[in-house]
Amino acid sequence: MNTLVDIRRLKKYFPIVGGVFRRPVGAVKAVDGVNLAIKRGQWLGLVGESGCGKTTLAKTVIRLWKPTGGRIYFDIPDAVKAQIEALESGDGNNRELTSLLKENDLATFSGNKVRLFRRRAQLVHQDPFTSLDPRMRIKNIVAEPLKIHRVLAGQAQETAVKDLLTRVGLSAGQLERYPHQFSGGQRQRIAIARALATQPEFIAFDEPTSALDVSVQAQILNLLKDLKKEFGLTYLYITHELLIAESVCDYIAVMYLGRVVEMGRPEEVFHTPRHPYASSLVAATPVPDPKRRVGRIVLPGEVPSPANPPPGCAFHPRCSQATNECHESDPVLEPVGDDHYVACFHPL
Amino acid sequence: MKDLVRIRDLSVRFYTYEGIVYAIDDLDLEIRQGETLGIVGETGSGKSMTALAILRLVPFPGKIESGSIAFFDRDSGSELELLKLREDRMRAIRGNKISMVFQEPGAALNPVYTIGDQISEVLLLHRRQELARQARERLDTLLGDGNVAAAALRKPFWRWQRRVYDKIAEEPHALEPRLLSHIPLFRRLLRRLREEAGLLTVSMLKDVEIPDPVRVAADYPHELSGGMKQRAVIAMALACSPELLIADEPTTSLDVTIQAQMLELFRRIKADKGASVLFITHNLGVAAEVCDRVAVMYAGRLCEVAGVDQMFAHPLHPYTKALLDAVPMPGKELQTIPGALADALNPPPGCRFHPRCPSAMPICQQERPKLKAVGKDHMVACYLY
Repeated sequence: MNTLVDIRRLKKYFPIVGGVFRRPVGAVKAVDGVNLAIKRGQWLGLVGESGCGKTTLAKTVIRLWKPTGGRIYFDIPDAVKAQIEALESGDGNNRELTSLLKENDLATFSGNKVRLFRRRAQLVHQDPFTSLDPRMRIKNIVAEPLKIHRVLAGQAQETAVKDLLTRVGLSAGQLERYPHQFSGGQRQRIAIARALATQPEFIAFDEPTSALDVSVQAQILNLLKDLKKEFGLTYLYITHELLIAESVCDYIAVMYLGRVVEMGRPEEVFHTPRHPYASSLVAATPVPDPKRRVGRIVLPGEVPSPANPPPGCAFHPRCSQATNECHESDPVLEPVGDDHYVACFHPL
Repeated sequence: MKDLVRIRDLSVRFYTYEGIVYAIDDLDLEIRQGETLGIVGETGSGKSMTALAILRLVPFPGKIESGSIAFFDRDSGSELELLKLREDRMRAIRGNKISMVFQEPGAALNPVYTIGDQISEVLLLHRRQELARQARERLDTLLGDGNVAAAALRKPFWRWQRRVYDKIAEEPHALEPRLLSHIPLFRRLLRRLREEAGLLTVSMLKDVEIPDPVRVAADYPHELSGGMKQRAVIAMALACSPELLIADEPTTSLDVTIQAQMLELFRRIKADKGASVLFITHNLGVAAEVCDRVAVMYAGRLCEVAGVDQMFAHPLHPYTKALLDAVPMPGKELQTIPGALADALNPPPGCRFHPRCPSAMPICQQERPKLKAVGKDHMVACYLY
């Protein structure tokens, strides 16, 4: 499997402005140096608590926001990436580096290039009650990406919309309706149809089932599974529910305060977590089985503000394993097993 | 164990322009003393409405149509019929004997008052007599241990205060303090009541494990995080040591690690204070964590009531089974429930679950199944049993 999305040292800071001249006085470090590779056909689950930068990461990868720093490679051969890295580390030909980045690094794209990219990558938002325009009929909602990207027009566009909606489980008779006439689950189906319209290769989902009931959530997850198989899609799936991540995803990345602290296959991350945060997250998740009540670790305190993160390892104030080293320096992701990475000085 | 609350044939209907919504349809349910009863169900199943009906707070255009809710009052040792009580007596129960924690802590707190003020308000309303007694004692110690009467003579204003507090301690709505509270300057006579309430508030906040409770009491809601706000709301609900604490999805808006802290807190509170808890949730995992018994609701009716171990190990009702199967579990194929939630305006006849039920029989379409006991502490409303 080759890598489709390759994120390197990605940073996204939001400035805090103050004073009369609205000058930046600080920054919210929403995403602070994330390395992540998503292979083609993979279903990558991104888990973490609110405020840890999951959504920001997804929106930056889709290029709704311009990153503050770092590189995003989308469907770029490894040779080119290696060439860029080599040019960056040595002080070789600067002009060559710039031109290579301009061609290949999604983080530097703008204008038409971003638009061409978005045809291949789409985003499904968290809340289907606010992500659909209440004044548009659903056939127009689903047709909008086709219009913007000038993919299809006229009769072909209409048939495409009809096909998409039937594919996600809605009937052709509902084409003329407005979003308010649908339930939460149906609206999320419409949002998924809209994301599929331009036949993307990569879709990012931002907690698509958090506003839905359990039974509807199961329907949506099964739909996503089928679509992935049918169209050969690659998913970046954000969720805070570990049970979902564990049961549907192929690979898991756990985020804490703008950083990925652990990556690995779900059975490894959830059964033998090595990072103290991942392990307490697993322990805190309620499981519908009263016999598993015992032996939970309750994590003290709360997530610190990303505007003023603690020095060193961001998790150290809440960590039971923390030592002086954790206060002073910042751990990086290191392999601890087969395809299993942890950013911790004292992995469990 | 005795029943704390006994609900019989409760019906709540909403009279809307589109038609009548049967939000709760003939519900029978007991909450026993000292237990945590969980109500589980999807959106629109009537779980929150059950809680609001117990407090008689069903919002317009809803109406409690029929039924009875009997509440065993520990203080008087008698049973009260909540649906027939006068409004002023009901108000003396709300927040005092039965209190509630809402889903969204940000919406439950008033943004323009400090946390301390809002918790004090509950105490000033329901615990006036005790506060007055404490205020008087404190006044006496301030006047000196010796001859209180002689010392009081030298300070006529303090003497007046003592008299006022005595009056409140006797009768919380006595005329003199009530009049005084409306007159500027003289209102200061009652300030010790507030001071006592403030002290109690701080100890309440300490009880729900808030670090630095003195500072938090002076904070406004926006200065606190979601978890802290929910703790403050829980402190407010516990201020009068209620006999029944109703928690309506108290952890839904919180993160998992904070949720784990909250569930731990609920368990401790129950053990410490011996209160019964009615825990409403749509998260089956949370229900398995905290509840002693679980009731499953669907479209305004009860499907199944059982002890928590029984419910999760041997669910009987097809809806309970389907709901448990729909929870994503690793290594298990995700099962979906076919169809959509029952339409509240035109619910299907007979058993409301029959259009989605895999084992529906002809009788399910015609007649409503009754809740019947199928084992120790296990009741189910289904024709299969």
